[in-house]
Amino acid sequence: MYSLAIEIPYWGQSLLRVLGGLVAVLLPAGTIVYVFLFKMMSFMQSRLGPMEAGPYGSLQLIAEVGKWLQKEDIAPEKADVRIFKMAPIIVLLSTFLLVVVVPFGPDAYFTDFSVGIFYALAVGSVSVIGILVAGWASANKYSLLGGLRAAGQLIAYELPMVLAVVGVVIQAGSMNLQDIVVAQNTGQIFGWGGLGNPYVITQFVGFVIFMIAVQAELTQAPFDMPIAESELVSGYMTEYSGFRFLMFFIGEFATAGVFAFIASVLFLGGWGVPFGWFGWESLDQVSNWMNIGGPLIMFTKMMVLTFIIMWVRFSYPRFREDQLQRFAWKVLIPVSLANIVVTAILKVAF
Amino acid sequence: MTVLSDRQQLSYIAAQAADARLNVELETEGMTLNIGPQHPATHGTLRIIARLDGEQVVWAEPGCGYMHRGYEKLTEVRTFPQVTSLINRIDWLGSFANEVPFILAAEQLMEIEAPPRAQWIRTILFELSRIANVSLFLGDLGVQMGAITPVFLAFRDREYVLNLIEGATGGRFHPNFDRIGGLKEDLPAGWVAETRQVMRKMRQFCDEIEDLLFGNEIFQSRMRGIGVIPADVARQYGLTGANLRASGVDWDLRRDQSLPMAWDKVDFKVWTHPDGDSFARCWVRLQETREATKIVEQLLDTMPAGPVMAKVPRIIKVPEGEAWVSTENPLGEMGYYVVSKGDLGPFRVKIRSASFNNISVVPWVLKGVYVPDIITILASLYFILGDIDR
Repeated sequence: MYSLAIEIPYWGQSLLRVLGGLVAVLLPAGTIVYVFLFKMMSFMQSRLGPMEAGPYGSLQLIAEVGKWLQKEDIAPEKADVRIFKMAPIIVLLSTFLLVVVVPFGPDAYFTDFSVGIFYALAVGSVSVIGILVAGWASANKYSLLGGLRAAGQLIAYELPMVLAVVGVVIQAGSMNLQDIVVAQNTGQIFGWGGLGNPYVITQFVGFVIFMIAVQAELTQAPFDMPIAESELVSGYMTEYSGFRFLMFFIGEFATAGVFAFIASVLFLGGWGVPFGWFGWESLDQVSNWMNIGGPLIMFTKMMVLTFIIMWVRFSYPRFREDQLQRFAWKVLIPVSLANIVVTAILKVAF
Repeated sequence: MTVLSDRQQLSYIAAQAADARLNVELETEGMTLNIGPQHPATHGTLRIIARLDGEQVVWAEPGCGYMHRGYEKLTEVRTFPQVTSLINRIDWLGSFANEVPFILAAEQLMEIEAPPRAQWIRTILFELSRIANVSLFLGDLGVQMGAITPVFLAFRDREYVLNLIEGATGGRFHPNFDRIGGLKEDLPAGWVAETRQVMRKMRQFCDEIEDLLFGNEIFQSRMRGIGVIPADVARQYGLTGANLRASGVDWDLRRDQSLPMAWDKVDFKVWTHPDGDSFARCWVRLQETREATKIVEQLLDTMPAGPVMAKVPRIIKVPEGEAWVSTENPLGEMGYYVVSKGDLGPFRVKIRSASFNNISVVPWVLKGVYVPDIITILASLYFILGDIDR
């Protein structure tokens, strides 16, 4: 690896990392909300979406955040106030914890973790606690139902997600996300290295299962039973207002962005372009410029994946709770297990 | 109410018995969930009290009357022509269809009949209000299940129909256009050609919704086999309209009844479905919207010329007598029982609105279903609050 041109003291590096983390979480969230939630959804539904705040409504999100911050922070009388107020922070925290293992370039990462994907999958489920706690502490029957549904659903879909990732880990031979990126960009498909080997091609089943599980983790349609605004009136979020609701809202889209980052690392080759294009053999030879180009490539891939997530979200009705449980246990888990077996056999054979 | 010894109830009792054994150790507790009066799934202010065991409904009852406006009483202090402006607020999505049965009842008492052209235009506007009403239902169906896009498509295309109604009557929602003895005015120029175009558009809209929603696996798995109402139960609870036809009962007042309207002059199919589940109810409504566009087109082709108003005295006094007229409204059978004592206004009006009877089946059909199914069943039963509470 290259050393940077200037020496930055440890506290400076930490500060830069914190700022980078904020940017890596909030910038995708804002972009997703504006481009997809405000504009793409509107165009799909034959309307224009926000048009007044800024050019083409581009400052709408800032206006909304301003509105939410001004609102009163209400807690229901019978709620368990301390836990009630903590819940959105826990949900948002899990997103920030997730982003620290995502590599954005050869040196542009927050931490080089040898079991990165293991950590990511473990930390990703912290948000379940936040959601369950939010549903329980709200002292509202709708919230309770929503919270319980969310807990059941998130636990059920954690498993196919983990199993889908196992295929990638077998193929890359590493749990380090940086190594997975390198393995994809230096890899070859049957001796042909023109595209590298983005695992979306060889692990397509795993990719589909991972994306379905992500959709369920994010509790977005067709898996938005815990929120279900038409029956549970937004489930565990019902009693939240002001900036606590804002935290849930940001958390939802920031998590979408971070999971899309992880999915693009696992399946689309991460920050890299196929190394063979530039004559790079390994990570050591990668040009320093990829520390700037990498994040942009990651961002593009993230937008492609969130586009798919949002597209499904805007056009599908939702499953019933028992149906989505059945789908997870009877379809996704057997298929992902079969995928692991096939991957392992092929890995040993070739 | 008779006790129904049906499978649903028996299976519920069996499940309770099994639970009772379990509950000795688990000590589970029921929960009463109050859905409404302010809830997005109730289309207004209907309240559903549901007693839950986990996510399963043990007992449910609709509570109505939160929006009661006393129209039956209000009609008694109004003259006959004034009543229409009240009653087209009953089912506010298909307002024109509400006016027709009342006007027909008054005409029956006065022993006059609207001229043929007026009958034709009445029927066309009646079917247009059916399309406007049901197209919103088709869009709303998606929203109840979390698909947010169809409702915007419905609002987009419904606007064309509302424009037509506005063009002919001057009112988008509350036309107040029907008069005793005919109509207020004739159709404006160019209206017929535009209607033909819009009918084609509405058929495209139906195809679109069929593609987007009815063909969707999730939609089907949420709808098929859920909220089954067998034909005999549907009859016992007095269900009418598409809800009854979806249970396999071939019953349509447009065809079965002879009224001074133009339905007997056109050729249309009454759609039924043997299943009686939520999907059947939605499917029948979709087919009916298509059928209504065809009815309108046929009527436009055969529309006679002539006046739109019969000879009616300047001051309308309805002779003494009683009349009952009901029509096949978008939501089901809607009828008025009008009693006149020979005054300027009715002595007593009894309004039989479809939704009020249709939701009477709710306690029966919600027993044993899951909470998410409450919403789909209510959506597929399709009621309008104004039509329940009058």
